[in-house]
Amino acid sequence: MKITVADVEHVARLARLELTPGEKELFAGQMGAILGYVEKLKELDTEGIVPTSHAVPMENSFREDIARPSIGLEKALANAPSRAGSFFVVPNVIE
Amino acid sequence: MKYQPVIGLEVHVQLLTDTKIFCGCSTTFGSEPNSQTCPVCLGLPGALPVLNKKVVEFAIRAGLSTNCSITPRSIFARKNYFYPDLPKGYQISQFEDPICQLGWLDITVEGQETKRIGITRIHMEEDAGKLVHGDSDMNDGSGVDLNRACTPLLEVVSEPDLRTSDEAVSYLKQLHQIVTWLGICDGNMEEGSFRCDANVSVMPVGSSTFGTRAEIKNINSFKFVKQAIEYEIERQIDLIEDGGTVVQETRLFDPNSCTTRSMRSKEEAHDYRYFPDPDLVPLVISDQWIERARRELPELPEQRQHRFMTDLGLPAYDAEVLTASRALADYFEACVAAHDNAKAVGNWIMGEITRSLNDSGTSIEACPVTPARLAELLKLIDNGTISGKIAKTVFDEMWKSGKTPQTIVEEQGLVQVSDIGAIESIIDEIMAANAGQVEEYRGGKEKVFGFFVGQVMKASKGKANPSVVNELLLTKLQG
Repeated sequence: MKITVADVEHVARLARLELTPGEKELFAGQMGAILGYVEKLKELDTEGIVPTSHAVPMENSFREDIARPSIGLEKALANAPSRAGSFFVVPNVIE
Repeated sequence: MKYQPVIGLEVHVQLLTDTKIFCGCSTTFGSEPNSQTCPVCLGLPGALPVLNKKVVEFAIRAGLSTNCSITPRSIFARKNYFYPDLPKGYQISQFEDPICQLGWLDITVEGQETKRIGITRIHMEEDAGKLVHGDSDMNDGSGVDLNRACTPLLEVVSEPDLRTSDEAVSYLKQLHQIVTWLGICDGNMEEGSFRCDANVSVMPVGSSTFGTRAEIKNINSFKFVKQAIEYEIERQIDLIEDGGTVVQETRLFDPNSCTTRSMRSKEEAHDYRYFPDPDLVPLVISDQWIERARRELPELPEQRQHRFMTDLGLPAYDAEVLTASRALADYFEACVAAHDNAKAVGNWIMGEITRSLNDSGTSIEACPVTPARLAELLKLIDNGTISGKIAKTVFDEMWKSGKTPQTIVEEQGLVQVSDIGAIESIIDEIMAANAGQVEEYRGGKEKVFGFFVGQVMKASKGKANPSVVNELLLTKLQG
């Protein structure tokens, strides 16, 4: 499957990644190869097989609705690049 | 050209759980920012979300009450986008196989026939955090509070079956009534516990192809839903009439100007790259589970309305008003259990009780006059101890002092006077003092009768039994 540099740029923008022209070429080739492999798998007859959403055969893992202590404000904000009072601070995002 | 609006609603219902959907942090509103957080809701690497079972129970309840089918095997998906209120860079939601699918609600707009509105799906998801702007400490930055992050939501998506703003409001009110009735949402629209986005488009009347739609956000009251939709319909029609085209976009409702405006920042790439969340295993709901949930459902507003009409003989209007909330309907039924006169009980609740609740800003749950006390008061009217008019005075005193109606009647000497001799002597005095009016009445001016009734009631301080007064006056005046 052919992946173009434009495809790579689109995905990179969605993931907020900045790539050099060389990287774009490199990843276009690699992504094309990976998707080509998936194309190959598509040749298999999967009639009647439920799509696999999870690799582990497990279901219904629940917790009860019972509160437990949070980690506390200081721990929560410990790694914040910027804070003001009890808030994390990020660059202005007013609509 | 004539245009036909087409409207679909997406409603976010915040669930009344004690803890968040994927972690044990408390969901209490109004706490210190970021104090109710942990590695899961902060989106720290390596943290594992685990589903709150109550969220599933609530979602099933909502689905069964809106005629949805419950999906036997449903999965969670990651919706990927970047925004500072979303710490993981993705929202855990459901995409394919949501928990509830293909339901409906029947709505009624005054003067129109009942209309069925389809519900496409109901899915579970986590809420984002809250952004705070304009604080001077923040050096023109925005503050992030993640207490709300990971709070459980249901998103209820309607089919584009709505055609007018009134239909949209009616649908929304009914959904609001159901989720609050079920006790799964507090319904507080101002605090954002029940919020609505509207998809609005217009097409030429007779067309079968929908126009391009705009999605309107930030509509946090029933009044705003109506205003936002009406403004948007007008805007799109004007745009088309002027030769323009509607673009698919997200618009923000501004309640101050009652207009909508484009949110350009959200234009960028509605490419969420949904995929199954590997952290959360599939959710399998057995038929037994669904049946148990169905058995545990409370009697719903519509069913209760119907029962009030057929079993208690209430008119449709009364039945509707008295089932406005589950608490009100419970109050009414508790009164009827203590005083077997549904119509009279209903009238008092819709009249004095509602007025006093509104005047004092009290909820029915906190009503100072209990159902048992109201029943006692109505019994005093029925057995002739007090008149309906005096009962209102007694009621006001019960509301203020919390005393029993019997005590108030005794303390204030409000017992109705039905004693013929006592009333006759009052009538005699009044006739003697108003000889002119007596002559007028006897001369054929029957309107004066009302004057005499008024005088007698006044002289007895409202305590004379009105039917006895009428009877005696008639006899005496006719001389």
